[in-house]
Amino acid sequence: MKLVYFSWIRERLDIAEEEAELPANVTTLGDLLSWQKSRGEEFATVFAHEKVVRVALNQEHADDPATSLEGVTEAAFFPPMTGG
Amino acid sequence: MSTITPDIRIQSADFDVAAEIAKLTKGRSDTGAVVTFTGLCRDEGGALSALELEHYPGMAEAEIRRIAQEAATRWPLTGITAIHRHGRIAPGENIVLVVASSTHRQAAFDAASFLMDFLKTRAPFWKKEHLASGEEGKWVDAKEADDDAAERWKQR
Repeated sequence: MKLVYFSWIRERLDIAEEEAELPANVTTLGDLLSWQKSRGEEFATVFAHEKVVRVALNQEHADDPATSLEGVTEAAFFPPMTGG
Repeated sequence: MSTITPDIRIQSADFDVAAEIAKLTKGRSDTGAVVTFTGLCRDEGGALSALELEHYPGMAEAEIRRIAQEAATRWPLTGITAIHRHGRIAPGENIVLVVASSTHRQAAFDAASFLMDFLKTRAPFWKKEHLASGEEGKWVDAKEADDDAAERWKQR
């Protein structure tokens, strides 16, 4: 799965995008967020901000942890948006 | 039921407000009202030298299009355009444009306001400040007032 990061989350992790092999037991959005927390100190710190980190799956907002990752090829992680 | 196609553009270049109005109204006689909103970069009392607008290519356009289509189903519009710039933008320059046209003014006012309120909270753009002092700027925080502004449309 392609994982992309924006704004201070991108800077903090020092990753704009990456191709990741997800463990077989990561099947929902909630699983994906838990897995991210397990990937090291910076990931744990960033993803501890559960109310701040927003997610888009295949370029659409997703906020229900039960959302299935089936068919998802791209997941994005970013803070609340400040455009306009 | 509206059949208009929203005109959504994400670009680094500036836009021409008058030209965008003309594009929506040209060659038709059913439009009685055009409302435009332009968002500009301000310098926050001289503190900012520029804003850097980061965006999520693809999703930025798709998300604004979803919001514009929702506006077109809620109000009887004759046209709707949204242009959002990205990259480095200096104080006084344009950032965002919304143009909504309709037979009567209220629909055009409401649709433009609705589109801006949801664009601010749902379109994937992030502003980083560049400070006039040359010090490292920070990412702009999301405002609760923007969430409240979007929320009010759900109570109608």
